[in-house]
Amino acid sequence: MAKYVPITAYLFDRFMKFNAILSIIGIMKNPFLYYEVHPHTIKIFSSGAWTLAHLRKLEQALCNIPSRKKVIWDLSAVEEFDSAGVLLFSKYLEQFKVDSLVEVIGYTSDQQNMYRLLKKNEKRVLLPKKRGFLEKIGRSTIDVWVDIKAFTTFIGHLFSAIFNLLLHPRNIRFKEITYHAYESGFTALIIVGLTAFLVGMVVAYQGAVQLAKFGADIFIVDTVAISMVRELGPMITAIVIAGRSGSAYTAEIGAMKITEEIAAMRTMGFDPYYFLVIPRVFALMISLPLLIFFADMIGIAGGMFAAKMQLGLSITQFTDRLYEVLDVKHYLLGMLKAPVFAFVIAAIGCYRGFKVSDNTESIGLQTTASVVNSIFMVIAFDALFSIIYTEFGI
Amino acid sequence: MSVIQMKEIVTRFGERVVHDGVSLHIESNEIYGILGGSGSGKSVLMKEMIMLMEPDAGEITVLGHTLKKIRYSQAQALRQEWGVLFQFGALFSSMTIAENIEVQLKEYTDISKEMRARLVQSKIALVGLEPYVGSLYPSELSGGMIKRAALARALAMEPKLLFLDEPTSGLDPVGARNFDKLIVELRDLLGITVVMITHDLDSIFSIVDRMAILADKRVVAEGTLKNVLQSQHPFVEEFFKNEYTKQKYLGQLDLKEAADV
Repeated sequence: MAKYVPITAYLFDRFMKFNAILSIIGIMKNPFLYYEVHPHTIKIFSSGAWTLAHLRKLEQALCNIPSRKKVIWDLSAVEEFDSAGVLLFSKYLEQFKVDSLVEVIGYTSDQQNMYRLLKKNEKRVLLPKKRGFLEKIGRSTIDVWVDIKAFTTFIGHLFSAIFNLLLHPRNIRFKEITYHAYESGFTALIIVGLTAFLVGMVVAYQGAVQLAKFGADIFIVDTVAISMVRELGPMITAIVIAGRSGSAYTAEIGAMKITEEIAAMRTMGFDPYYFLVIPRVFALMISLPLLIFFADMIGIAGGMFAAKMQLGLSITQFTDRLYEVLDVKHYLLGMLKAPVFAFVIAAIGCYRGFKVSDNTESIGLQTTASVVNSIFMVIAFDALFSIIYTEFGI
Repeated sequence: MSVIQMKEIVTRFGERVVHDGVSLHIESNEIYGILGGSGSGKSVLMKEMIMLMEPDAGEITVLGHTLKKIRYSQAQALRQEWGVLFQFGALFSSMTIAENIEVQLKEYTDISKEMRARLVQSKIALVGLEPYVGSLYPSELSGGMIKRAALARALAMEPKLLFLDEPTSGLDPVGARNFDKLIVELRDLLGITVVMITHDLDSIFSIVDRMAILADKRVVAEGTLKNVLQSQHPFVEEFFKNEYTKQKYLGQLDLKEAADV
């Protein structure tokens, strides 16, 4: 009866023999490592330079070694080694120890000392778990929620500080307020004016084409004036200021946070709400309405200019019609939004500044967030105002 | 009388526990060191003393006020009774050194302008800076000068209590020793209590009166250098009883002990 040998065992045996032959050939190719496979033991011979430069080749050679009951690892031919080499050695030593008996021979005392040093300082590293899709969504939802809560707290603090300040008006910091009103107001005149002029022109050009079809040229005045004063003036100005002053507030306060200036202020009893936030909020609530008034005028002038170019409407005709159609109501309804926009922009700018953590990168992130948030909030509040005005039929 | 007393302080950052029952007390007119490895929560502990952070549990009493129950107006008053030197100075970058020192005087007192200027100049001289430094901005100063200027600012309101966060870090050895001398002088001269976070062995062996060692989330040793050296805790062993320290300082310490006897 023929002896029965399981096919897998047979193949495994052949494979091992083949591998052993390969590894002997490997001596030629790999100057660092070769091994001999015996029935129950495996002998590993290390040689050459076990250094960082050769780590990859070493690792490739090591991971091919099959496991056996006993491993004899001969280090006597290692000429040079560094901590990376010893680390690699210790990694595979641990791995072999899991299911074999290991004997290390031919090592020098230097190698042993290095091994001990590395072992001593070894700490188990827990690799961060990879996050799944749902977990990511969950985490960012929580982040948003935490952010909203923090902002609500900030607004609460701000209102209580403002209330306190109104009770003790002596503490209002007029010098800071005028400084910030100048910085965010007067110095923004040119860019706000230019933007408003262009927007007025664009509205007039667009309207002119449509109105000319009906021969209703004169209505261009209604279109430009009312839309400018009620909607576009306040909104365009607020968006420009959100990009200009909102970002500046975030960056200023953020930089102070990083250099611990805010912590220093707190320890001196200078409440940042009174010294940093409220002056900026009040300053913007003063300067934004003024800027909006300026933008209204320049925007209408832009429309007037375009109407003359496109429709040949004279300035006298334009102003006459302007007196007829532009109720003061429209101006006031537009102006009513100004303090709200100013508050939103300044509060978000300051809040984002305080959110800056201890690294410079977060200044960039928070400044971006500040501008994006405040522009969005300006538009959202504008929509809210439109709904309210429509509901009241004004 | 204890100037500062901390009882069973617990601080957590999310799941990470930084302090788990830290207790210590700081006496009047002493130089008190807070020592510990990196990440042992020294700075956090100091931030809790100066009301920049609140612990999750435990009680802190500073100059007779229990911080947890303190009212806003009391807190504001307390803040005028101490000075804080931040590790990197934290001078207000938009103001000159003189303005930095002056700002609290201007805000909290009604001293005449001329007198304020004199006070500022005296503080500048006290910390060993040249008079012209007053008109410079923080960005124009060297690291050592910033430390000195920040100390001058911390002293502006004539505090009873001075907090120093690594006062000698980033200074050259000579500058660091001079700074140490300055702190001792100020303590003797003005009768203030000094709380300092430090790693500087020279400071610890020469000027610190009592200290607390933070390790394993609690105070593992508190007291004078001699008391602390009795501790068998691994951090104390490693920090004080390594070859370098033994050679450089412990010989000197034995002599001191002999002199004490």
